[in-house]
Amino acid sequence: MMAAGTMGIVAHLTDGVSARTLAWLAALLALLLAAPWIVNDYLVTVLILILYLAYTGQAWNIMMGFAGQLSLGHAIYVGLAGYIAASLFIRFGIDPWLGFLAALPVAAACGAIIGFLAFRFGVTGVYFAILTIAFAEFARIGFGHLGIVNAAAGLFLPVAQYTHNDPWRLRGDPTMFYYVMLAATVIAFILCRLLIKSRIGYFWLAIREDEEAARAAGIDAFRYKMYAIVISAAVTSFAGVFYAFFYNNLFPEQVFGISGSIQMILGPIIGGVGTLFGPILGAFVLTGLAESLNAALAAFGFDLPGAEQVFYGVCLLIVVVALPEGIWPWLAPRLGISERSQ
Amino acid sequence: MPFDVYLNVAVGGILTGLVYGLMALGLSVIFGVVRVVNFAHGEMMSIAMFLAVVCFSTFHLDPLIMLVPIAAVLFAFGYVLQSSLINPFITRPEHSQFLLLVALAIIIVNVLLIVFGPDARSVQTAYALDSFQFGPLIVDATKLYAGIDAIVVAALLFAFFRFTSIGKAIRACADNYTGALVVGLNVNRLYALAFGIGAACVGAAGVMMTLIVDVTPLIGPTYTLLAFVIVITGGLGSMLGALVGGVLIGLTEALAGLLFTPSAKSMFAFGILVLVLLFRPQGLLGKRAA
Repeated sequence: MMAAGTMGIVAHLTDGVSARTLAWLAALLALLLAAPWIVNDYLVTVLILILYLAYTGQAWNIMMGFAGQLSLGHAIYVGLAGYIAASLFIRFGIDPWLGFLAALPVAAACGAIIGFLAFRFGVTGVYFAILTIAFAEFARIGFGHLGIVNAAAGLFLPVAQYTHNDPWRLRGDPTMFYYVMLAATVIAFILCRLLIKSRIGYFWLAIREDEEAARAAGIDAFRYKMYAIVISAAVTSFAGVFYAFFYNNLFPEQVFGISGSIQMILGPIIGGVGTLFGPILGAFVLTGLAESLNAALAAFGFDLPGAEQVFYGVCLLIVVVALPEGIWPWLAPRLGISERSQ
Repeated sequence: MPFDVYLNVAVGGILTGLVYGLMALGLSVIFGVVRVVNFAHGEMMSIAMFLAVVCFSTFHLDPLIMLVPIAAVLFAFGYVLQSSLINPFITRPEHSQFLLLVALAIIIVNVLLIVFGPDARSVQTAYALDSFQFGPLIVDATKLYAGIDAIVVAALLFAFFRFTSIGKAIRACADNYTGALVVGLNVNRLYALAFGIGAACVGAAGVMMTLIVDVTPLIGPTYTLLAFVIVITGGLGSMLGALVGGVLIGLTEALAGLLFTPSAKSMFAFGILVLVLLFRPQGLLGKRAA
């Protein structure tokens, strides 16, 4: 029974995907699974950051790429979830996965409130984007003054000596965190694939392309936009829990700040908004770029604070000018993968 | 607290708010005409602030004198930026424009960081500590000069858009892009002019701002957000709305800083923004879009 059910899901997932694409995906997954044995510890932490950004990028992409709603304040869901899971752990010793179960509905509810207010009152486009920034900034300053979470001084998780990896309590070495994040990224990828191939996904694309026409065709745009923001917020919330337990500290400035939101969405935009693989590719490209700039400047003994960021900005500029659709829609046909938008 | 403390703080907030308003006016002109949200607005202002600081510290040129030259430099910067880099993006989706301007903002912040270092700099004019007394009211000289200058620049801008043919042509582009093309206006040049004018506004505001606050390379994003808050509160595309929004936010920040804690002051600004977006999305003085 189980086996038959699994086969059915696999068949559904791979329906209409060429053998070539599947081969590429399998090769990439195998490489990622083997990575901790191949690369050194430092590169494992870089890969964790890449997967983290790939994961949050996919979560954001559900809203912007699929449903066409530009959120520039996704850091609010990371921050809320991180603070909830960390507080529950510090105060009551509640394990992170249970904390995640508490954080997920709160993040989803926060998304629902923002979505309800915005979509009810017809706040769209640039106005919606700035409303999401406003909520995130409101939370940033609010948590910066909230004594119960130690305000601007930051919340620290106790770092006990561990003798073995404990995935249940999210305590262990970077390799364990790497596999947790890899699993989350794969699950998010599968979820996005299921969503975009479902009825909801088609309705989202219709709303993204032309909301007026979608409504005329009988799609309840408000309801499906609400689904998009709630699902996106819920998926994002896991990133917050992971962040809290991986870095063991939370500062309002870092988790709620606009730079966090921007970092989250650069990957999907560079990789290709609305594509399934764009957010993952974008995370690899951007983090790879930042790391190689770092290494290159260090190798030349060039120590000028800010220089690396200038190069980074210039590279972003070049990509957005040269490849307005992102890298993936340009790269996919060259790899022999025809699914342009999926 | 006695009443005159509130009064003094409120007047200081209003005068600072006028400079905020001028900064937001620049953003409003750019969005109203070119339809691109300038996510590098605060960063452009910090360029002007550093120019003012350098002119003062090296050549002892008062910011009040440097207002016009620095605004002209920012005008040229905005003009070139629009005609070279941004113009191809006006028909692209918002997230694409956003990425372009965020990349630009990252470059500006870090170039300033390389050139000037991370330390805060300020302009210490001879009148930095002067104040005027009007009955119970004590007004800082710097804030008064800054506020008056902001009003003068804004008035000139209103006159430009109302009475000159170029100003009218720019408004025509904003009202009806296709119509402007049909009657033979050089839309690309007018867009570049509009972006230049917006940059000049924020440049002038930046010069005034050095009289009131210290400047570091990292203040850019804060002022970008503040400009958004003001422009949307006042009504995107409404020039008077930007000024009114600026004064309202300046006043709110000043009173919130007095009644609560200065570090929480922008929370109230964002709170106002959320309320305005929810109950009057077109802004206080904006017209309802068709």
